[in-house]
Amino acid sequence: MQTILSIAIDAFAYGMALFIICIGLSLTMGLMRVVNLAHGAFAMIAGYIASYAARDLGLGYAVAIFLAIIGTVIISIPLERLLYRRIYGSPELTQVLMTIGITFCIIGITNYFFGPTLKSIPLPGSLSQPVDVGIRTIAGHRLFVMACGVVVAGGLWYLIEKTDFGIKLRATVDNAAMADALGVRTQVIYAISFAIAIGLAALGGVVGAEFLPIEPYYALRYMVTFLVVVSVGGAGSIPGAVVACLLLGAVDTTGRYLMPEFGNFFFYAAVIAIVCVFPRGFFGRAQ
Amino acid sequence: MAGVILIIAAGLAGYWLFPDNLALLTRVIAVALLVLSLDLITGYCGVASLGQASLFGAGAYAAGIACVNGVTEPVTLVAIGAVAGAMAGLLMGTIMLRAHGLAQLVLSIAIVQLFHEAANKASAYTGGSDGLAGLMVSPLFGVFEFDLWGRTAYLFGLALLVVVFVVLKFIVSSPFGMLCRGIKQDPVRIRAMGSYVFPVLLKMFVISGAVAGTGGALAAISTQVVGLDSVSFELSANALVMLVLGGLGTLYGALVGTVIFMGFEHVVSAINPFHWMTMVGALLIAVVLAAPGGLTGLYETLLGTGKRAKGGRT
Amino acid sequence: MSDLFRVEGLTKNFGGLAVSRNISLSMPAGERLALIGPNGAGKTTFVNLVTGQIRPSAGRVVLNGEDVTRFGAVPRVRKGLVRTFQVTRLFSQMTPEEHVTLTVLQREGKATRILSRFTGNSEVSGEVESILSTLGLLDVARRRVGEIAYGQQRLLEIGIALALQPKVLLLDEPAAGVPSSDTPRIEQALERLPPSLAVLMIEHDMDLVFRFAKRVVVLAAGEIIFEGMPSDVAANEKVREAYLGNYAHARSVA
Repeated sequence: MQTILSIAIDAFAYGMALFIICIGLSLTMGLMRVVNLAHGAFAMIAGYIASYAARDLGLGYAVAIFLAIIGTVIISIPLERLLYRRIYGSPELTQVLMTIGITFCIIGITNYFFGPTLKSIPLPGSLSQPVDVGIRTIAGHRLFVMACGVVVAGGLWYLIEKTDFGIKLRATVDNAAMADALGVRTQVIYAISFAIAIGLAALGGVVGAEFLPIEPYYALRYMVTFLVVVSVGGAGSIPGAVVACLLLGAVDTTGRYLMPEFGNFFFYAAVIAIVCVFPRGFFGRAQ
Repeated sequence: MAGVILIIAAGLAGYWLFPDNLALLTRVIAVALLVLSLDLITGYCGVASLGQASLFGAGAYAAGIACVNGVTEPVTLVAIGAVAGAMAGLLMGTIMLRAHGLAQLVLSIAIVQLFHEAANKASAYTGGSDGLAGLMVSPLFGVFEFDLWGRTAYLFGLALLVVVFVVLKFIVSSPFGMLCRGIKQDPVRIRAMGSYVFPVLLKMFVISGAVAGTGGALAAISTQVVGLDSVSFELSANALVMLVLGGLGTLYGALVGTVIFMGFEHVVSAINPFHWMTMVGALLIAVVLAAPGGLTGLYETLLGTGKRAKGGRT
Repeated sequence: MSDLFRVEGLTKNFGGLAVSRNISLSMPAGERLALIGPNGAGKTTFVNLVTGQIRPSAGRVVLNGEDVTRFGAVPRVRKGLVRTFQVTRLFSQMTPEEHVTLTVLQREGKATRILSRFTGNSEVSGEVESILSTLGLLDVARRRVGEIAYGQQRLLEIGIALALQPKVLLLDEPAAGVPSSDTPRIEQALERLPPSLAVLMIEHDMDLVFRFAKRVVVLAAGEIIFEGMPSDVAANEKVREAYLGNYAHARSVA
C-alpha cells in the first residue's frame, strides 16, 4: 500500500512537471502547426539561467524562476521573428530540420558559455522539507510542482475559454485567414502564444529540474519524451495533455519502481500502442 | 555509369591518401549505407523517419550475434545483416505506415528507442551497454585477412557500397521507383491510378531495411564490436541531417552528405564537441533557409542543369 | 438490367446534414451524361461517393452488375470506374509520357516491378504514344508537367484516365480553369472518347454541357431535381429556381 501510494505521488508530480513543459509545445503545434523540436531547448535555457541566478548569484528561488522565464522569453523573441516565422505552414520535415538545427545550436552555445556539467538549482528550505498531509508526508517540492501544474492547467483553461484573447486565439486556430479578415491580428496572436508557450517551457524546466535534471544534452534527451506527450494527448488539447502526462508519467514511474531493469522499455511500448490506436492522440482534432 | 566510376575513384583515392584513417573511412561507408537507406524512404517516398538506426542496428546485432556463434564468413554475415535489416524494415514499416505526419515521426522515434532498450536489456545476447565485443571474422573468400590497419575491411566495404549503389540505381529508375515518387507527391492521385499505397511503401521499407542492415553488418565486421550506439536516436537524427545536407531524393546526395558531415565531424568535434553541435545546427538552419535541395540541389541550381523538388514532403 | 453503371438510393449524412439524399441514376454503355447543379449542390460529394473516397450512409453503387459499394477507391478503379480531378493532381516533376507510362504499367500489374527499366519501356511505349497523340500531347511528351500549359495538363488528366481503359469515366469539370482559347481542344478530346465508354461529366460550362451530353441530371441540395434532355433543362421551373438563377448570378460575377 505504501509503495502504491509512493508511486502514485511520484507519478502525479512527475506527470505535472511534464505537463507544464509540454503544454506549451502542444499549443505551438496545435495552434501554429509547428513541430517545435527545440521546445525542450528553451526549458534548458531557463534551467541554466535559474541555476546561475540561484546557485552562482545566490538569489532566491522565486526570483530565479522569474528571471528564467523572462530571460528565456526574451531570447526566444528574435528566434521567432527570424527563424520560426519562415517555417509556419512549411512541410513537417522542414520544420523538424529547422528546429533540430536550433536545438543543436542552443546546446552548443549554452555549453560553450556555461560548461558541460550538470546544473543544480538549489531549492529553498521551505520546499526541500517533507510536508505532512495527514496520511503521510510528501516532499515539499513535489507538492509545489503539483500545485504549479494545477494552476497552469486552470489558468490556461481560463485564458483560452473565458477571455477575449482566448476567443481570438480559437478563431485563429480554426481559420487564420478568416480571423485575419475579421480584424484579428493573427501575427500578434501567434507571437503572444509563442511567448506563452516558451514561458511555460521555462517554468516547467525550472520547477521540473528535480525530475528532469538540467544537463548539457537536456534538449535532446527529453525531446522525444515531450514530442510523445503531445502526440499521445493530441496537439492543442489541454485535457489531452493532462491525460497524456499523467498516463505516461504513471507508466514511466511504475516501470522504474517495479521493473527498474527494463528502463524505458514499457514507456516506448506504451507509446507505440497508443499512437497506433489513436493516430491523432486522445483529444486530437479530426482533420 | 560514370557515377560508379567516380565512387570507385574517390574510394581508392581515400585508400591512398589516408592510409592511417581507414577505420574512419570504413565507418563512413557503413553510415553512407544507412543514409542511402533513409533516402529510399524519406527522399523517394516522403516518409520522414527519425528512427532509421533501428534497421542499421538490427543488421549489426544480427551479424554480430551470428559471428559470436560461429558464423564467421564475412559475405554470409553481410547477408545475415541484410536479412535482419529487411525483417526489421518490415516490422517498422508496418507500424509506421499506420500513422501520418507527426504521429508517424513519433512512432519512428519510439521504435528506435524500443530497439535500443531491447538491445540494452537482452545483454545475454547483445552484451548490453558494454557492447558485443570480440567478433572474430574469417578471412574474406578464405584469403584476405581482416588486418589491423583495416585495409581489407575498407576495400570490402567499398565493394559493398558499389554493389548496393548499382542495385539502388536500378531500383529507383524502375517502375516501382517511379511509383514511389508519385506516392511521395500525391498518394490520392496514385490511388486514383488504381494502385494501393501501403504495400508499395512497405516494400520500400523492406528494401531500405536490407540496405541499412548491410551497413550495420559492415560496421560490425570492420570494428569487430557492436555497441548500443548503433541503435540510437542520435545516429538516426544524424543520418537525417546528412541526408538533408546532401540532398533528398538523389542517391549521390546521400553519399555526398555523409562524407562531408563525417569529415567535418572528425575534424571539428576533436577540437570541441559543442562547437560541432553548434556548427551542425547552423548548417541545418542554413540548408532549410537557403538550399532546400541540399548540396546536390545547390550544385544543380548553380549549374542551371535542372530544377529539383524542393525539400521533402511528409 | 443492361445498365453498365447504376447508383441506388445513395445517401450521405455528415452529422445531421444530408449532403446527398437518395440519389439514383443509371447509365448504359456509351452514354454521355452531364451532372450539373449550383455550388454546394453536392456534386463533389457525389463523385467521392461513387469513386469510393468516402463511404455512403445508405445506398448502393453497382458496376457491371456487381455491387462495389463496400470496395475502396483502388478496387473500383481496377474494375473500370475511373475519375479525373477538378483541380489537376499531377506530378509536377514528371513528364506527360511518364504519367501515362506509369498508369499503363499499373493497369498491367507491372508498376511494382523493381528490376525492369521505366524509361523507354518498350512493352508499353506504343500504347503510351497512341494515347498522347490522340490528345495532341506528343510535342510536350517529354517536358515536365509543371512547365506545360494548363489546358494540356487537363488533357493529360483525361489521358491518365484513358490509360486505365475505364468502363465508366467520371469527368470532374474537365474544362475548369482552362482559358477559352483552349476549350476547343478539350472538347475535341471529349468527342474522341471511346464510343462504348459511359461518361458522366460534371461541368459548369453550360455550352459544353449542351454540346456534349445527350442527357442531363440536375442536382440541388443533395437531391436530383431534374433528369432529361438538355433542351428541356432551361424550361424546367424547378431548375430555373434552384440553378439558373445562381448560374446567371455566378456568370455576371465572373
